[in-house]
Parts: sequence; structure tokens; C-alpha cells
Amino acid sequence: MRRVVIIGAGIAAMSAALTLAEQGWKSVLVSPMISERAQSVMAEGGINAALDTMGEGDSVRAHFCDTMAAGCGLADPNAVADLTAHGPETVRALASLGVPFHTTASGDITLRPFGGQKKRRTAFVRSSTGRQIVTALARACRREEKAGRIVRLSHHWLQQILTAEGRCTGCIVRDGRMGRFDVLAGPVLLASGGLNGLFGKTTGSVQNTGAATALAYAVGAACGNLEMIQYHPTTVPISGKRVLISEAARGEGGRLFLRRGGEKWYFMEEKYPELKNLMPRDVVSWEIEQVCRETGEDRAWLDLTGVDPAVFDERLEDLRAFCLEFLHLDPQKEPVPVYPGIHYFMGGVYVDRAHRSTLPGLYAAGECACQYHGANRLGGNSLLGAVYGGRRAAETLLRDDGPPAPPPDAQARWTAALREIENRPGRVSCRAAEGRMNEAMNDCLGIRRCEEELAAGAKTLADLSTSLAAGYDPSAGAPEQYLLERRLILARAMVDSARARRESRGAQYRTDYPKRDDGAFQKTTLARWRAGKTEITFADIPKEETP
Amino acid sequence: MTYRLKIRRFDGVRAFWQTFALDGGGGLTVARALELLNERPCLTDERGQEAAPIAWDCACLEKKCGACAMVIGGKPRLACAVPLRDAADRDGCVTLEPLKKFPCIRDLQVDRRRLTDTLTEMELWLEQAAETREETRQLHYRAASCLLCGLCLEVCPQFSGKGAFGGAAPAIAAFDVYDHAQPGAHRDAVARQYRRRFYDGCAKSLACQDVCPVKIPIERLLVKTTAAAVWKRNRKERK
Repeated sequence: MRRVVIIGAGIAAMSAALTLAEQGWKSVLVSPMISERAQSVMAEGGINAALDTMGEGDSVRAHFCDTMAAGCGLADPNAVADLTAHGPETVRALASLGVPFHTTASGDITLRPFGGQKKRRTAFVRSSTGRQIVTALARACRREEKAGRIVRLSHHWLQQILTAEGRCTGCIVRDGRMGRFDVLAGPVLLASGGLNGLFGKTTGSVQNTGAATALAYAVGAACGNLEMIQYHPTTVPISGKRVLISEAARGEGGRLFLRRGGEKWYFMEEKYPELKNLMPRDVVSWEIEQVCRETGEDRAWLDLTGVDPAVFDERLEDLRAFCLEFLHLDPQKEPVPVYPGIHYFMGGVYVDRAHRSTLPGLYAAGECACQYHGANRLGGNSLLGAVYGGRRAAETLLRDDGPPAPPPDAQARWTAALREIENRPGRVSCRAAEGRMNEAMNDCLGIRRCEEELAAGAKTLADLSTSLAAGYDPSAGAPEQYLLERRLILARAMVDSARARRESRGAQYRTDYPKRDDGAFQKTTLARWRAGKTEITFADIPKEETP
Repeated sequence: MTYRLKIRRFDGVRAFWQTFALDGGGGLTVARALELLNERPCLTDERGQEAAPIAWDCACLEKKCGACAMVIGGKPRLACAVPLRDAADRDGCVTLEPLKKFPCIRDLQVDRRRLTDTLTEMELWLEQAAETREETRQLHYRAASCLLCGLCLEVCPQFSGKGAFGGAAPAIAAFDVYDHAQPGAHRDAVARQYRRRFYDGCAKSLACQDVCPVKIPIERLLVKTTAAAVWKRNRKERK
């Protein structure tokens, strides 16, 4: 039985594992927690597909065009064509797995409006769509687990990606409870989610540290568009973190406003009369930041008081419950204070249309991959990208030749790497270094960026790397320190990518280069780790092939 | 105000209590309080003794993943959803213990594998495409919202972690499967499993429903599943 190691247990990972199992292949899912605790359960508003059940004349081509436009010309058009073409069958397949999508009176799947889309094409289950998809996929995986085609290594962490002769040959994983290290041979599919941990608390899971992507980067896999970080327009602070107020709130009629001269100013409706509050996320976040800056306010308001009570009951009940419990306000009676917050990473492991990374034998799908979203992701495309992307990556794995065996001394070399850290003479604090990394990243990679702040961030990260390399933190342990040192390298690559892109586009707004420059920068930012340094180049966007 | 967090520690060999002082508003959640303690450069207990970081599980920190289930002030709850002021006694003391129905790994971390293993042992999957009926669509939404946090098993008078009885969480998943499944051998097998692993052992205290953090209407799900899977009633078969 051929075997694939999948890093992650969320939607992309399970989608891949199920596809491989259909062909009799075995998957080993390596994750800190079970699927039901993956970040995928936090996806809320819905999943896009040109099902055209609302009689608006939607089409796959329209979905393609909206996705490409939102991505500001940086997404791979062939990958997006594949994604959008498979949207309808993907959503119907989920329904057949038991995802209880909201349906119309005639029994077909209801679609709600979402940002940046001219037609209704977002299928949903209230505003808990991710949780519902995870439950259905986990149920399907159970059958394959019983048959031995899916093996779960929960509470396990990826520690190192193994290479030989320029190919990925497997990986080393750590059992977080037993402290044991195991070498897993075979091709590796990263489905490890976004890079939240480089910034500390975001709207996502604290388990998504960015370590898996950092390990891939450190062994030579190129990363693309790392500077493209999605700030979701409507997030709220709760105890120690920011939480999403789903785009579904605006899809169902929520309106953004600011108080100006004692009056409510519905700034999005005034500035964007066509799509109003449902402009793409990069635009809405930028506008909120801008109008708050202009008026001296520290938040905007999301007005849901005009939403039909029946819509609340049927489609937004979970959002209301969250507001009541965590914000102590009833969104049907009073507006919700909101401000943009880090939510999604369009950049990540650079993959081709078939989800191959630049390191043969290593693949990526879901949020950790850079491919479908360009400079800005459409709401509803992440769940589609995860389900379809996982399947597409698995189909590629089924076709590709397997890698050679890992080097026989892999375990010994890993032990030596840990000893090297443990034997360093000085003492350092990983917790303090991580805190400073988070602070530096938040300071220089906000919605507005400039060379001065980016250079300061890069220097802080370089200094942190240097100081960590001089010592050892026994309380963190060598495996954790090994990961943090590589996360710092990736963080630096992210800052360098933002510095190299001397223009403003999508999620990147440079105050010192405020214009979009298609001539020089309608390209993918590629970061590569070579000879101990990050090298930034720009790759052409693939030409769209004739269908 | 100053809260005192009295935490049951387990270092893999011995269990003991350790108390930590924390200044903060009562709106701080228990989860945030644990983060703040662990963020200290050098964690010391209220007597000034150096202490190891507190082990506990978390992921979403917003009541969507169920990772941070523990016993707070004597009640099983999610740490991310309980403010200190709601958990403290009159003296501002908040006691934190691991769930007791699962093996303790370290401090507040437990091994809930028994829960997921039961789902697999009960063969809770679909062999054919799901048929979602309009009259139960909302119940499927509710059932699929289960966090697998284990709080329902912690309060269950019948669940011990040993023996066949699996408790409410697998029964909720059984509803989702049975009601979606088409008639046939696999659905019959799920019915037998439901009877053996749940129906025969449930004393119907419904403590599970009271404690569920996402308010799953467990009683309704159980009534439907029992009527259909055990008594073969109220199930209109599709032609």
C-alpha cells in the first residue's frame, strides 16, 4: 500500500486522505489535535460555487472572473479555472456526505451574497459552515480509519522535512506526549493552515504556528506572495484575541457606518454604490482603517438592526449567540463595534496548478499553499480551496513517482541537530523571542506599510535570530527552539517580500509606493532560502490556457 | 482585583495542588488567565516557589473547538467561555482540575481518545450518499455542531470511561448517521451499536444536555434516534 504523510487534519488534509483512500492508498495524518479542533471549524460564512440556484444567471466563468479580479491579477489563472470549474460538484459532494446546507423552498442549495461577488454563490450552514464540513469529512474518514487506510497521529508535530538529492523523502515527527521522534518515509503533503503564529493572536487557531511552512522553506521550498496577509474587515476583541464577525453578517444585510458629526455615515455605501458593504475584503479593511484615521475613531460599527428577524433565526443564529455571550450585546438591537484584524494568509508554499511545491516530493494544499488567491482572497473561496485543493493534490500524488527512501542516518542527524542546540553555552528565552517576533511582525506588516517600518522589523528579526543562535532555552527544549529559529527565518522572508514589492496591490498598501504598478509587479513574489539567506525574485503569472 | 487560581497539577508521576495569584478584571476568561500565567518570564506560585508552565489544551479560544474543556469551580466547562468572575468563590479563588473521566496526561490535559475511538467502533459513518430530510435538517445542524469536548461524559452518571456505554457524544453522532443513512445492513448495524453502546446504559439524567456548551438539544435527538433505531417507529422510508 503506497503511503503519503499529510501534515494537518483539517479540511484540506481530510479531503486529500479520502481521495487517496478511494484508490487504496494509505495516509498518515500528523496533527497537534483531532480534526474537530482544527482551524477549519472556525470558517463561518460559506463555500463558493457557481451553482446558480438563485436564478441570477451565475456561471463558472463569472466565479473565475470575480476570483481573479479580487486577487488583483496575481492568482494562477489555470489553477483558479480548475477551482471554479469544480466548485459545483465539490459542494454537491459535500451535501451527499451529509453537510446540511441551507436550502430553498424547492429543496436546492441556497446561496447568499458575499464580498466581491456580483452573483449569489456562497452555500452555507448558518454561519458555522466550516464546522459542519469538518464533521461530515471526519465521519467519512472514520470508515477509512477502520479499514487502516487513514492513520491518525494526533498530538504529533512536524519537526523536520527530510531531503535527499533535492527531493523530499519524508519527515520527522514528534509525539508531543511521549517526547519520541519518528521518521516517516514517503511524499509529504502540507495541509497545515495559515501562518498565524508569526503574529501571535489572530482570528485563527493558536495551533497554526507557521512551523510547517517554515520547515518547508528552510529545506528549499519556495514561498510565494508572503506579504499578502488578509485583514478581515470585521473583527472584535474578546479576552486576549480577536474574533471574526462573519462576512455573512454583511451578506445578509449588515451595514458599516461611522459616527460623523453626530450622524451615522454609511461610508461604504457612499463610496462604492454598486457593491456597497460587500466590496472585496482588502477594500473594506483599507476603507475602515482610512475613515477611522480621518475621523479619529478607533472602530467602525456594523449595523445589523435592520436585518429581517427571520433571517437572524434561520441564518445568523450562531452569530447572535456569540455576540450575546462574548460581547454582551444583542446585534438585533445595537450595532457591533468592529475593526480589521489578521485573518488569512494568501501567501505560503508556492505550488503549481497541481499542488506540487518547488521541492519534488513535497506538496501543499489549503491555506498553507500559495496559488488560488493572489493578492486578496474572496470570502467563501477558502473552504472551496481547501476541499478541492486537498483532492487535487491527492490526485497529483496518485500520478507522481514516489520519492526515494530517507537517508538512513536521518534520525542520527536529527539527534545531532538537537544536541548542537542543547550544547550552546548561553541561555536564551524562546517565549520572550517569540513575543518580540510577534510584536515586530504586527508593527511592520499592518494594513499600511512603509520601508522605514519594514526595515526596522527586518532588523529586529535578524537580531532575534542571532541572539537565539547563541544560546539554548532548556525550559522550551531543543525541538521547540529548532522550530522557532525556522519560524524567524520565514518571518524575515515575509518582511523581505513586503519590502521588495514596491507598489500597492490587494492586501499590500505601501504608503511610500501607493500606486499599483502592473509593469513591474504583476508577478508572484518568490522567496527562497539559499546559502543561509533569503533571496527574493518575481515570477511571471502563468498564461491562461484555453479551456 | 486579585484572583487566586488553585490548579490541580500532575507532572506525570504525582498530583498536587498549586495556587497562583493573578491581577485582572473579572471579565478575563479562565483561558486568558492561564495564558497570562504561562507568559510570565518566571512562573511562581503564591508562596514564591518556582513552578513549571501549566499544561492545558487550547486552539480556537472562542468556543468553537472544545479543546479547553476542564473542571472549573467544580463544574465541567470550556475555559475560553468562562470569565473569572463567574468561576470564583467569595474569596476570589478559582479551582481548576482536569476532566476526571479521562486519563490525565499532564496538569489540565487529558486523553480523550476514548471518545473518538467509540465513534469508530460504532461504525458511525455513511455507506451511501446522505439523504437529508427537510424535517430534520436543523437537527443535523445541531448534531454536527458537537465539539467532542467531553463535557457531556464528565457529568454523565453512567459513563465511567470503562465498559460499553459510550455516553451522549457518540449518541449525537449516531443520530446524524442513522437519520442520514439509507436502509440496509450498515444502518442496521448502527442501530445495534446505538442500542448496545448507548440505549441500554442511559439512565436519562439529561445532565449532558444541561452542560453542553453549544446547547445541542440532546433529548430531542435521543428521542428521535431511539424511536427509529430501537423501536423502528417514526421513520418514513424513502421509496
